[in-house]
Amino acid sequence: MAVCIAVIAKENYPLYIRSTPSENELKFHYMVHTSLDVVDEKISAMGKALVDQRELYLGLLYPTEDYKVYGYVTNSKVKFVMVVDSSNTALRDNEIRSMFRKLHNSYTDVMCNPFYNPGDRIQSRAFDNMVTSMMIQVC
Amino acid sequence: MEASAGGGCGAGPPLLLSDGEQQCYSELFARCAGTVSGGPGSGPPEAARVAPGTTTTAAAGPVADLFRASQLPSETLHQITELCGAKRAGYFGPTQFYVALKLIAAAQSGLPVRTESIKCELPLPRFVMSKSDGERRIGNPAELLGTKVQIPYLTTEKNSFKRMDDEDKQETQSPTMSPLASPPSSPPHYQRVSLSHGYSKLRSSTEQMHPAPYEARQPLGQSEGPSSGGPGSKPLRRQASLIRSFSVERELQDNSSNYLDEPWRITEEQREYYVNQFRSLQPDPSSFISGSVAKNFFTKSKLSIPELSYIWELSDADCDGALTLPEFCAAFHLIVARKNGYPLPEGLPPTLQPEYLQAAFPKPKWECALFDSYSESMSANQQPRDLNRMEKTSVKDMADFPAPTQDVTGDDKQALKSTGNEALSKDVSEDPATAKDCTSLKARPRSRSYSSTSIEEAMKRGEDPPTPPPRPQKTHSRAASLDLNKVFQPSVPAVNSGLLPPPPALPPRPYPSQSEPVSEGDLHPQLNRAPSQAAESSPAKKDAPHAQPPSKPIRRKFRPENQSTENQEPSTGGTASAATVKPHPTVHKQSSKQKKAIQTAIRKNKEANAVLARLNSELQQQLKEVHQERIALENQLEQLRPVTVL
Repeated sequence: MAVCIAVIAKENYPLYIRSTPSENELKFHYMVHTSLDVVDEKISAMGKALVDQRELYLGLLYPTEDYKVYGYVTNSKVKFVMVVDSSNTALRDNEIRSMFRKLHNSYTDVMCNPFYNPGDRIQSRAFDNMVTSMMIQVC
Repeated sequence: MEASAGGGCGAGPPLLLSDGEQQCYSELFARCAGTVSGGPGSGPPEAARVAPGTTTTAAAGPVADLFRASQLPSETLHQITELCGAKRAGYFGPTQFYVALKLIAAAQSGLPVRTESIKCELPLPRFVMSKSDGERRIGNPAELLGTKVQIPYLTTEKNSFKRMDDEDKQETQSPTMSPLASPPSSPPHYQRVSLSHGYSKLRSSTEQMHPAPYEARQPLGQSEGPSSGGPGSKPLRRQASLIRSFSVERELQDNSSNYLDEPWRITEEQREYYVNQFRSLQPDPSSFISGSVAKNFFTKSKLSIPELSYIWELSDADCDGALTLPEFCAAFHLIVARKNGYPLPEGLPPTLQPEYLQAAFPKPKWECALFDSYSESMSANQQPRDLNRMEKTSVKDMADFPAPTQDVTGDDKQALKSTGNEALSKDVSEDPATAKDCTSLKARPRSRSYSSTSIEEAMKRGEDPPTPPPRPQKTHSRAASLDLNKVFQPSVPAVNSGLLPPPPALPPRPYPSQSEPVSEGDLHPQLNRAPSQAAESSPAKKDAPHAQPPSKPIRRKFRPENQSTENQEPSTGGTASAATVKPHPTVHKQSSKQKKAIQTAIRKNKEANAVLARLNSELQQQLKEVHQERIALENQLEQLRPVTVL
């Protein structure tokens, strides 16, 4: 189950970050923040190739003893970071990919709203609902 | 707790709640949120306590009732909602709710409604509608509640049922809605009577949107009543009485607003208004409004951006960044509702769904689709109807009428059909093409038509239209004089040859009464020549008006000549005239009757022809305009297409 999901803007500030409340949220914020370095590293490593060839799904960014952090970056350099409980061994890569795809679709829907200015915090209810479903469902 | 709740809900003033406050607030929040998140099953208190940080939002309806129960003036309540951030967020999350409760407590203690005032210790907010926190009603609260709630249902079943459903629909109500303070807790009977009376005025038949939540609420209420005893009954009673007060205010508001029954049902006049507004933004009702245009338009409504954003989210069902006509109507309706104080629903109500709206109001779409961007769709629709009628009458009268006129009507029919087919085929081609574009989740009745109009389709459509014009043009150029030309066929060569043949046709008739017809027969070719020349000289538009005047004088001439039979000769077809000339001297009476009949028939046919020709010309004009517009739109599409690809 995704324990924390964050959407980071191109300038590396969070557009949306949410964690399951049972944990200490600050810890997740830190994890997401540190994972940004890894994301940048991965982007720059692939950056030598053409942008088209770069895959959006970055995969496992780094594991800790309790959690694994996955990353995904869009073509507009918006990053999705997902923190997953390590005890969830049943979660496969495909599932993570599909979760990121859903995130990306929801994010696109948020973007389509003309009242949403890119760079604002995401306050869309539909997006919230989708994230909630993701955080609860994948147990 | 607050931090976690605040994290998901955005910034709010930091709260320090004592334990008692915390418990009370979470209970109240659960009461308000529980009605939305599904009563049956888990008790709301447990659900609230288990997941306090999740973004359960309090339904604004009970929240509003609660706030009004605090007996604060409405301005204060407005201020409180603004301060707590619910207006900004558009909903009552836990933080907003708690802040609001704290502010209510502050206001009740006489402190000004400011964020600073909640930082200090405050007594619990008091809610008076039913009973305050400390009091308990004697007797069985649950039963009393049950009876209270049920009696209105029984007395005037339909009315109360509708009222309850109405409340269910408007359960998410914010305190900003009503300027009225909460009415005092008058005896339930009085309130009930007034309510049902008031609602009987408003209610017409409705099928109910949310009977289920109401029923869910009721068993919930009932189960909670006996189970949780005192504390449970109090908020329930409060809620029931709040419901009543709420419905009173709702009734009054309904009287003031335009809505008949449900606030989420669009009435005809509203629909008309929305469609007109749509047309002002986008002349083609079957197309859609882009996001930026809609944004500018809706920003004029002076609602806050988050609210507009939320409304957009609700109404743009296919999330394509553009609003089709039903989506636009839904959005507009939501904005109107919000401005009138109705809270925004959690989800798009069924009566505002695009499919429902399209099904409910299919006609304007179809008519407009048939004549694309032609704004005078009504007149255009009447024209084919007139055309059909004229065709029918002309067909009836055309017994011996020459074939070319029939060809003309046939051409007109075909032109009409081709335009109709084009428009329909265009719509049809748009729909499957747009259906193919459904990459994302929801069905898109009319989504990105950018890629729908592929080049081949555009080419095809571009090819189709040009072919009809040449055909009508041939008739069109002579449309004005068509009847004249065909009818006065002998006169055409007469025109060319100098009007010699017709006059010679007249004199052989040795009738004294034909001296007049002779002279008028002379006039005829002149008349014919004039209009035919005029017709030939002025193409296109002028043909229609020219067709009218030439036929008129002829008709006028015909009337006095009605009695005289010989005047038919120049007017009838060449064959008929030639045929009638010779038998005239022999059988006058029979031919006179025949000629009369023929004359009337001819006259009618000419009129029909004139009308048809005029219609034809107008339709041709429309066709040309539509083609031009289509070409312009296709050009725009071509220009815009690379931009949309991100």
